[in-house]
Amino acid sequence: MCFAGVEPIILRDPPTIMSAPIPPASVSPVPTPPRLRGVPADARRGIVIGASSGIGAALVRQLASEGYRVAALARRAEQLDELATACADDAARTGGRVITRPHDVLDTAEIPALFEELVRELGGLDLVIFAAGIMPTRGPEEYDTESDLAMIQVNLAGCIAWCNPVANYFRTQRRGTLVGISSVAGDRGRKANPVYGTTKAGMNHYLEALRNRLGESGVHVCTIKPGFIDTAMTKDLESTPFMISAEKAAASILSAARGRVNTRYVARIWFWVMTVIRCIPSFIFRKLNI
Amino acid sequence: MSATEQTAPRRDYEWVEGWGMTVGSQARVLRPTTVDQVAQSFELAREAGVSLALRGSGCSYGDASTNADGWVLDLTRMNRILSFDAETGVADLEGGATIGQLWKRSLPHGWWPKVVSGTMFPTIAGAASMNIHGKNNYRVGTIGDCIRSIDVLAPNGELRTASRDANADLFHAAIGGFGMLGAITRVELETKRVHSGEVEVTGVSCHDLAEMMGRIDARTADCDYLVGWVDCFAGEDDLGRGLIHEARYLEPGEDPDAERTLRVAHQELPDRIMGLFPKSQVWRILRLLNHDAGMRLLNTVKQATGRLEGMRGPYRQSHAAFNFLLDFVPDWKWAYGRHDRHGLIQFQSFVPKEHALEVFQTILRRCQAAGFVSYLGVLKRHRPDPFWLTHSVDGWSLALDFKITPENREALLAHCAMLTKLVIEAGGKHYFAKDLSLRPGDAERFLPADRLDAFAVLKRELDPDNLLQTDLARRVFGDRLL
Repeated sequence: MCFAGVEPIILRDPPTIMSAPIPPASVSPVPTPPRLRGVPADARRGIVIGASSGIGAALVRQLASEGYRVAALARRAEQLDELATACADDAARTGGRVITRPHDVLDTAEIPALFEELVRELGGLDLVIFAAGIMPTRGPEEYDTESDLAMIQVNLAGCIAWCNPVANYFRTQRRGTLVGISSVAGDRGRKANPVYGTTKAGMNHYLEALRNRLGESGVHVCTIKPGFIDTAMTKDLESTPFMISAEKAAASILSAARGRVNTRYVARIWFWVMTVIRCIPSFIFRKLNI
Repeated sequence: MSATEQTAPRRDYEWVEGWGMTVGSQARVLRPTTVDQVAQSFELAREAGVSLALRGSGCSYGDASTNADGWVLDLTRMNRILSFDAETGVADLEGGATIGQLWKRSLPHGWWPKVVSGTMFPTIAGAASMNIHGKNNYRVGTIGDCIRSIDVLAPNGELRTASRDANADLFHAAIGGFGMLGAITRVELETKRVHSGEVEVTGVSCHDLAEMMGRIDARTADCDYLVGWVDCFAGEDDLGRGLIHEARYLEPGEDPDAERTLRVAHQELPDRIMGLFPKSQVWRILRLLNHDAGMRLLNTVKQATGRLEGMRGPYRQSHAAFNFLLDFVPDWKWAYGRHDRHGLIQFQSFVPKEHALEVFQTILRRCQAAGFVSYLGVLKRHRPDPFWLTHSVDGWSLALDFKITPENREALLAHCAMLTKLVIEAGGKHYFAKDLSLRPGDAERFLPADRLDAFAVLKRELDPDNLLQTDLARRVFGDRLL
């Protein structure tokens, strides 16, 4: 059994942000687009980091269909262009807009300037979703420090490098919603992929701390813990219980963000599953193959 | 130059707004830690072709430290106390050090800042740039009056030390010069010897404004601090009623436990009310009352309890508790709303003593007639000072806090403009740290023309590229200065 954060991918050198073919836009426009709680109706400016595939791409499509001006960031420019093209009709109809920027979260030095450029271009900022992540497979007896550190750089350091300037911006404007796509894998220390789970557990901790730190300022931080999401990367997995589509996952994530939910399991059944798994005593858990 | 000094100033991108929360913009914020980094910041802005607004803790109510057209240079990380002489009470501070840092360093040695604002958070450079005053302005003047010297790093690259003896023009122009001439990177100032960590406070209830002003005038020789709270909802029969707080420093020997009261721990404001309710949440309760009916009720209750306070007689209060009233309830301004340009503005007018009573009565009446009643009114006595663009007069100030919303914004600012006309015609002045309503040409009517001309000449010399700008400077002075 394998838990996926956003989606599992095989790590190739150098580490990459998730990428996958972009399915056609399938989210219907909503007549009266829902909005984030406690913000003005025109507060529809967002950034999605890790947007070229999977949940990230689905989020961009959905936001564009709701009239958001959304900046889509990922490492692969071609896939971003395809995404922008796929969203063009919906965005034109709703008054939304998708702007794309090739960006590797490993390039943390680039982030301050890129963040400033995007906020300026969007005309402000109301929502940020960090969806970048990698999950290289691990053999049961494999210990690969170089690959593990690279995973920490993308999943955790990249998250912090993006969320810090976003948190500061939201704090100063006293509103904004920051969403981090973590994983159910962060809930227990599984034998399958120790460092992947570590990065997600670290992300959970970091996002919770940001939530507590920013709450009094009117800023919300939402932790998303996906299970299996139906993307190209999960097609080859043998067992994918409670799998849902990327579009459903995106809808659930945006619903959680709008409702100022602290932590949302996607699909929600994972809340019960992980509650049980968290209760398994360690001496039993280590004998289980999950 | 050390390796640290060679690094670029920290850079952030954030929402920068006035303390009243009603004006602001997103901006790149540079946060230098050294004089060299301040110089670098000037160069970076010049290379990028953008203007730069100097900013301290952002405690000015309006747009004095915001810059919708450019970047912001925030000095708060340049905040070391360079030295404090426990024998003379003279402190040498970097510009970003706050008033709070200063008193926490000086008080255990028996020294208190001569001039403090109603909050301890302003930086000393910001306080100097705005030439702030306290509740003892009539007695000790503004903060500029207790500054010995300042270092000013101008955008042209010159670092000048200015005092009453050297570069006196710069000294008198930069203090109160609202950050237009250069960054004040160092301030040397005097503090006052105190013999206790407490002051003796007396509350005096007054039936109307005339009685309050008469009482304050009569007590200026005897009191170290005098401030009046005004119930702006009171009708014609008791127009301007309120409560005076008089305070005096304790003489040697009056406080038998001075060693304890001088400790910082004795000054710290409690974070809970009656040890139970967290003060950090009080703004939420105030928010429920933040409308005319609620504030009328609060003002009435305060007036009633003020009478009881007057009957209670003198009592002792720590310096911090007496002076930093605005810090008593954290984030209380959020009661005015936190989003979407909701907030507060303060209309503080300074009127010569000959006309003050009449003008302030007229202001209170017109506010009531227009439906813009201030939720908080504060009366203070002032004296003139030698700084070029000073707001101080031999007279009085009345500070009025108004709730501002997107809906009432235009009408409220028009109302303030009408009041401004009244003040200027009476020979009065306004204070850039509080202002959001002056219109082009207003400042030229209350500032001496020769001083303003000389200020413009100095600005052209020190800042030939007009690098230093703020929204306030553009709004109030336009081409006259920039």
